[in-house]
Amino acid sequence: MNRGGLIQVIYFILYILVQVLVLRNLVVFNASFCLLYIAFILLLPIETNTLVLMGVGFILGFTIDIFYDSLGLHALATVLVAYLRNFWLATITPQGGYDSGASATLAAQGLQWFVVYTLPLVFLHHLVLFFVEAAGTGMFWFTMLKIVASLLFTMTAIVLLQYLIPQRKRL
Amino acid sequence: MERLLNFIYEYRAFLTFLLLEILCAWLIIENNQYQSSKYFNSSNQVAARLLGFSQGVREYVALRSINEDLANENAHLRNELQRALIELTEGTTDSLRVNQFEFVSAKVLANATQHYKNFITINKGMADGLAPGMAVVGDGGAVGKVKSVSNHFAVVISLLNVDEQVSGSIKRSNHFGTVRWDGVNMRYSTLQFIPRHAHPIVGDTIITSGYNAVFPQGIPIGYIREATLKPEAPFWDIRIELAQDFGRLAFVEVIKSKLLAEKDSLQLRTIGEIK
Repeated sequence: MNRGGLIQVIYFILYILVQVLVLRNLVVFNASFCLLYIAFILLLPIETNTLVLMGVGFILGFTIDIFYDSLGLHALATVLVAYLRNFWLATITPQGGYDSGASATLAAQGLQWFVVYTLPLVFLHHLVLFFVEAAGTGMFWFTMLKIVASLLFTMTAIVLLQYLIPQRKRL
Repeated sequence: MERLLNFIYEYRAFLTFLLLEILCAWLIIENNQYQSSKYFNSSNQVAARLLGFSQGVREYVALRSINEDLANENAHLRNELQRALIELTEGTTDSLRVNQFEFVSAKVLANATQHYKNFITINKGMADGLAPGMAVVGDGGAVGKVKSVSNHFAVVISLLNVDEQVSGSIKRSNHFGTVRWDGVNMRYSTLQFIPRHAHPIVGDTIITSGYNAVFPQGIPIGYIREATLKPEAPFWDIRIELAQDFGRLAFVEVIKSKLLAEKDSLQLRTIGEIK
């Protein structure tokens, strides 16, 4: 395994630990969850193969599920995001395309691009997650409230993390 | 066949996607229906340990509110216990008598032990039905009497106050005397007025006697550690170790006695007649 891969494995474990040990206990007003782990999928190098993304996404979601006692739920939402990620990246390609080996980080692409990239995917993740969890649209508005509140929380955490951890332009 | 393989290869991402999502959906449904996933949930070793650790941290952070809950529960249980005791010992179901004591849990905001006249401030007051004269107990035993109340706070005369006197009796022999602090050591107090003919033994438990109706009968005050009888002295010199450690007082319970007024007025009337 090359160095980049090893770093990603460490990040993978870190994301899971932070999610399970810290963020799981951090629920604001019983509605706002911070599901930071999804950032791991979003921040993998731009050229990562969709198959790899989905595989990693499944393992990530499955691991989170074990701790949340919600077998399959997070895996489902994460695989969806992993599948759509590359399509979305292709859609919002800046003029002149991505540099080879570029990473999908705020430092490399700028704040505006980063938000445009992450916000819809995180929203989709939360949308699927909370509606599948609610098993239907029975509590539509409360579920929507949860989604929006969690979206704000997760996005804040993802963007803040980008500023807090110094990112290299290339990984 | 080749076309089929080509098709699969071309759409491998989408097919993998479908496969994984179907697997997830199946897991979700399976998990919801039977609650039977035996291994892949938080009850497995690694997950449980990690979560236990996380819960430990969380509990530490939440200790304050947990403590408060426990204190409230304690007050509630003491209510129940006192009621059951009165029902058992007095053989009565008269609701006013059975419910004559009510326990209110309160947090200690300030507590002194180093003065001669020590007071304790608690976070409940008139708004919670407190009034001067009510008894205060801690997890170990008697703590003191409410001295004054404001709307949301109250000041308690600690047993560690040389002015405070509580009627106490030796549990074994029922001889009663007065517990009064000598102002020296916060762990020790004295029991006065135990007559010569009584035979206190080191280790005897001192409980509230119930003669003053402030404290319910039987709340521990302390344990005899020294008992000496000087020649010609009418009473024993008894040193007791307090049941309540005043050094680590965090939560107390205030006892409301509903029959106190009735008892006092009856006693006053009787004394008036004698005069």
